[in-house]
Amino acid sequence: MLYREAGQFKTTYADDQALLPIAQDRIGLFIILAIAFVALPLFASEFFLSSIMIPFLVFSLAAIGLNILMGYAGQLSLGTGAFMGVGAYACYKLTTLYPDMSIIVVLLLSGVFSAAIGVVFGLPSLRIKGLYLAITTLAAQFFLEWCFIRIGWLYNYNDSGAIEVPTRTILGLAVTGPQATPLTRYMFILCVVTIMTLIAANVLRGRIGRSWMMIRDMDIAAELMGIKPLNAKLSAFAFSSYYCGVAGALMVFFWLGSAEVEAFDINHSFLILFMVIIGGMGSLTGCFMGAAFIWVLPVILRAIPSAFDLNLLAATMEHISSIVIGVLIIFFLIVEPHGLARLWQIGKEKLRTWPFPYAT
Amino acid sequence: MNIKKLGCSAIAFAAMAVGMPVAQAEDTLFMPSLTYRTGPFAGGGIPFADGYADYFNMLNERDGGIGGAKVVVEECETAYNTQKGVECYEATKGKGALAYSPLSTGISLAIIPKAPVDEIPVFSMGYGLSAAAIGEKFPWTFVYPTTYWNQLSSILKYIDSNGGIEGKKIGFIYLDVGYGKEPLPLLDSLSGTMGFEVAKYPIGVKEMQNQSAQWLNVRKDRPDWMIMWGWGAMNPTAVKEAAKIRFPLDRFIGNWWAGSHNDLRAVGQAGKGYLAANFSGIGTDFPALQDVITHVVDKGNSKVASKDDVGNVLYNRGLFNAVVLAEAVRVAQAKTGTAAITSADMRYGLENINLDEARLKELGLEGFTGPIKGSCSDHEGAGAVFMQQWNGEDWEKVTDLIEPMNDTVRPLLEEAAEKYISDKPEWQSQTCG
Repeated sequence: MLYREAGQFKTTYADDQALLPIAQDRIGLFIILAIAFVALPLFASEFFLSSIMIPFLVFSLAAIGLNILMGYAGQLSLGTGAFMGVGAYACYKLTTLYPDMSIIVVLLLSGVFSAAIGVVFGLPSLRIKGLYLAITTLAAQFFLEWCFIRIGWLYNYNDSGAIEVPTRTILGLAVTGPQATPLTRYMFILCVVTIMTLIAANVLRGRIGRSWMMIRDMDIAAELMGIKPLNAKLSAFAFSSYYCGVAGALMVFFWLGSAEVEAFDINHSFLILFMVIIGGMGSLTGCFMGAAFIWVLPVILRAIPSAFDLNLLAATMEHISSIVIGVLIIFFLIVEPHGLARLWQIGKEKLRTWPFPYAT
Repeated sequence: MNIKKLGCSAIAFAAMAVGMPVAQAEDTLFMPSLTYRTGPFAGGGIPFADGYADYFNMLNERDGGIGGAKVVVEECETAYNTQKGVECYEATKGKGALAYSPLSTGISLAIIPKAPVDEIPVFSMGYGLSAAAIGEKFPWTFVYPTTYWNQLSSILKYIDSNGGIEGKKIGFIYLDVGYGKEPLPLLDSLSGTMGFEVAKYPIGVKEMQNQSAQWLNVRKDRPDWMIMWGWGAMNPTAVKEAAKIRFPLDRFIGNWWAGSHNDLRAVGQAGKGYLAANFSGIGTDFPALQDVITHVVDKGNSKVASKDDVGNVLYNRGLFNAVVLAEAVRVAQAKTGTAAITSADMRYGLENINLDEARLKELGLEGFTGPIKGSCSDHEGAGAVFMQQWNGEDWEKVTDLIEPMNDTVRPLLEEAAEKYISDKPEWQSQTCG
């Protein structure tokens, strides 16, 4: 009943092809956006914005990047961390070489470098598939990490070997660096993530996205039907790496403030991979759910003992939170191997017929 | 749990949920402790965190706090991970944190730029950015008792006084991250002025326990001395490899993160003769440590696994970290006349710290470390390191304090500080005092 689309008539093709054809979805999205853009900035504490919402949005964007490649184009990748690193280092180099360039332009350009590197490391995908491809992307991960350590030019030969974010302003308001308030940084990231998600949603349901899905489902059939695997696979790598690169730049510039190579190591790649698997492959909603599950849940778990005045050692809580998250991952994967997004989909189906499940 | 308790905790939870500050007893000093009791470096993080917490607990038990104000130590677990460290910083800074000891170079680098904005001093004791020793450029960052660069100069002085350094070949084996690479500029510049040759052996984080390839190079190059900037599992592995190729261990010197009990217990007798720099005393033969044992450890209020862990190298270093902070609180209290100081007062306290021999004796730490005297321009405090040697079972102090080559290092530090702030316009106007 709640999700019933009965009575919603489409009278134009545009209506029929809308991104969210069902009114309930549109209302739901509107409420979420209203909370994100209005309620949170007004009521949330600085800690909530800077340590929960900002990382959540950054990881969601990175998960979207990986999901495009893995969930939609079917190419397994373990190099997400390194591609994020390329974006971050490119952003750093660009903004230190051209300090007057707007940070928005720098951010969008840094994704281009990441996309180019992604295409190069995507080339083997034309010949190899599945786990073997995962190994070549692993090579990308290690090679790029090596570059970040060895090539001093990338971090301007800093004694610390780390990239440090300078202050950049938009219309006189500091958006990066220590002076930027969590609220400004949050709003900036929120705008970027919203727009990029919207673009991804439209690309994925268009011609390009469909060609990726055809390659994923059966590459030979896709080829016979006129899809060029070269274009489809490499464009998927480029698109995905672009998103990861921008997410990496956002991570360093709008969240951490500085980064060493370790911020982009293989564990980071795995973290994003888990978000995609838990959230659901081939679903944009799933990216946000996965990011929330993997990043936000532990933060909340860690905050529980202090809220109840329990005198638990911080390290004990860290162990407990790892255990709880691990158990939940196993639980969810057994209950629904297709991820949280699939659970949400089933929920929607149920809500459609609720409370009369047999009266379809 | 009865209904009343449940109700209370529900109210407490609700209070937390809406972000209401939970009322604390008056006059407390809040000291956040960013620990890494979990993760790959937990072996070093646990004793450090224990020493830090135990000293403050001892002050609470013995003296009722500092100047009448109780010290509240809140641990936040980082697992040596920068992202979690930043989260810990954000989570604790609003509670009135007086100073941060970030403990990892990555977290230090993330927090240092925030310090002047949030007005909370960063005390990275002997690690982090060496350039932060220049107080005029880094008013909110302190690196007592000495920096990586000065420590390296002390080690080189030790080599020089043991058979001369001119014309010798020095091998430098280091963890290939920001921390390990930090002394390289100084090493290169001193090799010219002091006339020695340098051979560098980087060890990647993933190769920490698999160093045979680099030690093969060491065997080929035959350096006269080896210096190590290592950490975690890298240290015991390196000492074992050195012993395996029969490199004379009394010519192998680790820095102060490469000379803990945890590192060498794993090596045991095979590591006999290995040297390491240190700046905090070894063992429990100090009145202050005896007080810690009486007031905290014996009462079961310490988190140490066994009483034997008290007094080991990293425990004492964590304790020394707390000693410096406590002394800074006292200086700040004397200036403001109030017990509950602010983090800005804390900065004044850290800057005007004066731990001379007499004061160290009063604190029950005579001979524990060298005197430290801070000033507006000197956030390093002119400290010094001594050498300790592993006798197969325990560390022994084998030299007196070795003064660093301040006159050589200081201009280089100033240059590095200048470079650090050159692309940060908002830093150029700030100064100490």
